[in-house]
Amino acid sequence: MIKFNLFVLPFSFGLIYIVYSIISHYYKWIKALPAVDKVKLVTGLRTPSKILASLKEIFLESLIHRKLWKRNPLLGYMHMSFALGWFLLIVVGNLESRIYHGAYINAPYYPIFLKFFIHDRLVLFFEIFSVPAFFRFIMDFLLLFVLSGLVLAFIKRKKSRWFGMKTTTNHNLFDKVALTCLWLIFPLRLMAESYTAGYFNGGGGFLTQNLGHLLVLITPGPAVMIAYFFWWSYSLALGLFFIMMPYSRYMHIPSELLLIVFRHCGIQPRRWGSVFSDLEAHSCSRCGVCIDACQLNFAAGISDIQAVYLIRGQRDQYITEHIALTCMLCGRCQEACPVGIKIDSLRLIKRREIGSGQITDFSYLTQNHPGFADVVYFAGCMTHLTPSIHIAMEGIMKEAGINYLFADRNGSICCGRPLMLAGKDKQASELIEFNKTLIRQTRAKLLVTSCPICYKVFREEYNLPIRIQHHSQFILELVREGKIALQSQHRKVVYHDPCDLARGGGVYDAPRALLSKISDLIPSEKECADALCCGGSLGLMNASVQEKDMVTRNALESLLANKPDILATACPLCKKTFSKQSETEVRDIAELVYDAIPARVLLLK
Amino acid sequence: MIDFGYTLTRDRQFDYDRGDLRYYRLVRSLEPSIDLCIGCGSCSATCSAAQFTNLNIRKLHTVIRRGDTTSIKAGLRKCMFCGKCQLVCPRGVNLRNLILALNRAIEQLG
Amino acid sequence: MEHSVIVIGGGVSGMTAAGMLAQQGFNVTLLEKEAETGGHAARWDRLFPDRKKASEVLDFIRKGMSRVKVITGITVVNITRNDKEFTVVTRGQVADGGSQMADIPHPASCILLATGYELFEARKKEEYGYGIYNNVITSAELEDKFRSGSPILTSEGKPPARIGIVHCVGSRDEKVGNLYCSKVCCVTGVKQAIELKEMYPASEVFNFYMDLRMFDRHFEELYYEAQQKWGVSFIRGRLSECAENPDGSIIVKTEDTLTGKPLKMTVDLLVLLTGFVPGRGMASISAMLGLTTGADGFTNSADSHTLNNSTEIPGIFLAGAVKGPVSISESIADARAAAIQIEVYLNSDKPGND
Repeated sequence: MIKFNLFVLPFSFGLIYIVYSIISHYYKWIKALPAVDKVKLVTGLRTPSKILASLKEIFLESLIHRKLWKRNPLLGYMHMSFALGWFLLIVVGNLESRIYHGAYINAPYYPIFLKFFIHDRLVLFFEIFSVPAFFRFIMDFLLLFVLSGLVLAFIKRKKSRWFGMKTTTNHNLFDKVALTCLWLIFPLRLMAESYTAGYFNGGGGFLTQNLGHLLVLITPGPAVMIAYFFWWSYSLALGLFFIMMPYSRYMHIPSELLLIVFRHCGIQPRRWGSVFSDLEAHSCSRCGVCIDACQLNFAAGISDIQAVYLIRGQRDQYITEHIALTCMLCGRCQEACPVGIKIDSLRLIKRREIGSGQITDFSYLTQNHPGFADVVYFAGCMTHLTPSIHIAMEGIMKEAGINYLFADRNGSICCGRPLMLAGKDKQASELIEFNKTLIRQTRAKLLVTSCPICYKVFREEYNLPIRIQHHSQFILELVREGKIALQSQHRKVVYHDPCDLARGGGVYDAPRALLSKISDLIPSEKECADALCCGGSLGLMNASVQEKDMVTRNALESLLANKPDILATACPLCKKTFSKQSETEVRDIAELVYDAIPARVLLLK
Repeated sequence: MIDFGYTLTRDRQFDYDRGDLRYYRLVRSLEPSIDLCIGCGSCSATCSAAQFTNLNIRKLHTVIRRGDTTSIKAGLRKCMFCGKCQLVCPRGVNLRNLILALNRAIEQLG
Repeated sequence: MEHSVIVIGGGVSGMTAAGMLAQQGFNVTLLEKEAETGGHAARWDRLFPDRKKASEVLDFIRKGMSRVKVITGITVVNITRNDKEFTVVTRGQVADGGSQMADIPHPASCILLATGYELFEARKKEEYGYGIYNNVITSAELEDKFRSGSPILTSEGKPPARIGIVHCVGSRDEKVGNLYCSKVCCVTGVKQAIELKEMYPASEVFNFYMDLRMFDRHFEELYYEAQQKWGVSFIRGRLSECAENPDGSIIVKTEDTLTGKPLKMTVDLLVLLTGFVPGRGMASISAMLGLTTGADGFTNSADSHTLNNSTEIPGIFLAGAVKGPVSISESIADARAAAIQIEVYLNSDKPGND
């Protein structure tokens, strides 16, 4: 018994359009994958564990929004109610419509507009416990669920602080119109179903039926016409939303699903941009959490360059240099992103597009054989401006009897990462080759560096067959192997996680374990993956000295809140940046360890 | 002095009236802190590339302010972009961005 | 009733003003946080430009202080104002009370803030190696050595054959947050260069500078003398960093901007000319009184030309380095100006005066 009414047409056209659009996008993306990635995709789709993992993530993140719940429960609930609520409305609605329709295939609009077609009364006592009544209850409950989220979304516009967000995205006009359509859908559905239920005195659940009675009572005019007006509006809102979706932020809904599958199949962002980056750009829901996580925003008041604007610019094919270059590449936004978009990679891809054209000439680099050693110590460019670090390192290595070579004692060839942060990967590769030759010639088994920036590039770009350690990891190993003994100085120390070592290198525990042996380590407000950047970033090309100072000051306030005796860092750039403004002593872990060697303890007394 | 279109002897002095200040103006619009430089030389002193080459970042950007643009192309290629210059500058000149701006000037103005 | 004046700070400007006011018949109390008066000048050996002994200047000033009541070894913990009178509460050790502290209120009709300055902590400029390498010292430590009278030796116990003097340490430096110039360090550097050459005529002395601020009378002639008579070399280049040789000598890295090439050299001893920074104690006093400081952290007077010893608060006056870098001769003149202003202020308050 197929029912039809003219008003279902806007929805139907919209639905056909969006389905076509999604299929064509998916096809375009999958087709444009490089061959290697296509193989990965096909293999992944044949692996049950990968499919299961994708489905699990889709459920936990796209529907439940677990990451957002962790950030702020109100925010999580709000997004979940829309996503999960709408999803369940569709699924349960389809099941419900099967009771009435009977056949396996019905017209897509039928479940959506079911209450227009079906509005029988359930009055007999036992009917209240019947299956249709049960479905009506569930559907009304789900509608209420979605509407509660809508109310929260509305409140968020006015009082975003309650949701843990001080700043939210500045949407463009198109997104604002799409948003309005989306927000109208469910209130209009409520009105339509209620008026119909009220007029026919049946067909509604606990919400729609009772509301319907009330509305019919208090509204003058023919209820059936009002209901019809609302059904038309509901259909138009849906249709318009669907047509706008591929061009608006809401394209994230289908894009995110494919992105999750790609990720579980092992597909990664590529250095020079690829389908994956394009898919990521479409998966951004423009929720604005990245803006809130960004220190340039909350410490320095710069709020036009955050990830959401970078990605929007990428999608709209309009990206300014200013947006690409103004970013500390600290990784806080990437950490906060509920979709897990690799924002730093996107930023660097943009920088490569802008900046790779420079001609460099490193033919002046000459190679002398460095000598042989077990351990190569590469202090890094910045460490020469904080000499106490490399002096401490040499002292520690001598004390432990290590056969080491100080590779850049007389100044270094830069490790290459600063060039890469400016998008000049091709140019950096020459420096990298030079350094690799040098390191290989030493025949060392271990490369130790004092600078997290160097550490990150050694691990990710150098492809050397030797162990690479940051000095905190190296020293901890020395202690555990009994090669040096340390005496705790029992001073209160707060540890600052350097961006490239912590979020960028995954090293959180070694520095802390080491510090616990030589001092009383106390916590700070934002630690590990949530740590604040010092502001000295080499990735930040375009900010003034005053703006950087604001970031530093803000980070110091947070770090020093528990009043430590010493602020410990593991990065020479962080040390220099903090020393400029900190009243509390700032010292590198290596220095603190060096001062905890018993012979030195006696000397310093 | 009337310019007859030829000179008897070539000299090496900066002729500020005839200098090409377009580079300077473009660089300044991209990185205004170039105006803060006092020529102390900390940047060139600490420069990683200066140990091996004749790259002199202080001289380079001072000279374009006088209108002489011949030397920057050769010199700028040697910069490793390490950032030590910016870290020692007492006036807070944003040197890394300045070098990017100089590159832009070369790209655009030849 | 006699008007009473409290002078906070027992350095050159505080003592000069206190002495002058006492001689004019006012009841003056001088408060000094250290155990002895004299401020930073007590640490200097000889003063520029004429190389007279600092102790001569201090003796001269102290001679005029017979009627001043001097209290040392106390800190100011509170200053309150009641109509036209002030009360300064000091905290110090009780006479034979061991470690017991007592708070004593001192009433005054007006207060002269002569709290002076502090020297920049050279450790903050880590790349120069102060506190890390043994042969890097500050200019103040060099003055200590001059005063001690014994010959100046490197950490290895040898007379230095080559000495480097670094200008602008902690001043004119955005990287340590001090954009201002400390004014007197350049002429100090030239003076110390000459003194080192006098001590070791065969040594080489190099001054590394950005500019040479020879701002007062006889200063430029001192520079001339340093070059002509003593052969001091002046290299225009700011040190970027230092390193240490195994024998303890220091390798300095700079750019010789006048020839346009990077330069490195080994020196046996490196002297850092550290600049002025605002005294930390002034922060709490400013807060108590509602005084303003400039962006450089030094205290503002009511007007830098015409009311340079007054503040917006009637009865609170300023003298000396609390307002910013200043030389000793200027400090003395400024203190005397402050004393006159205070006398005028107090006399206009006397009953029967319109």
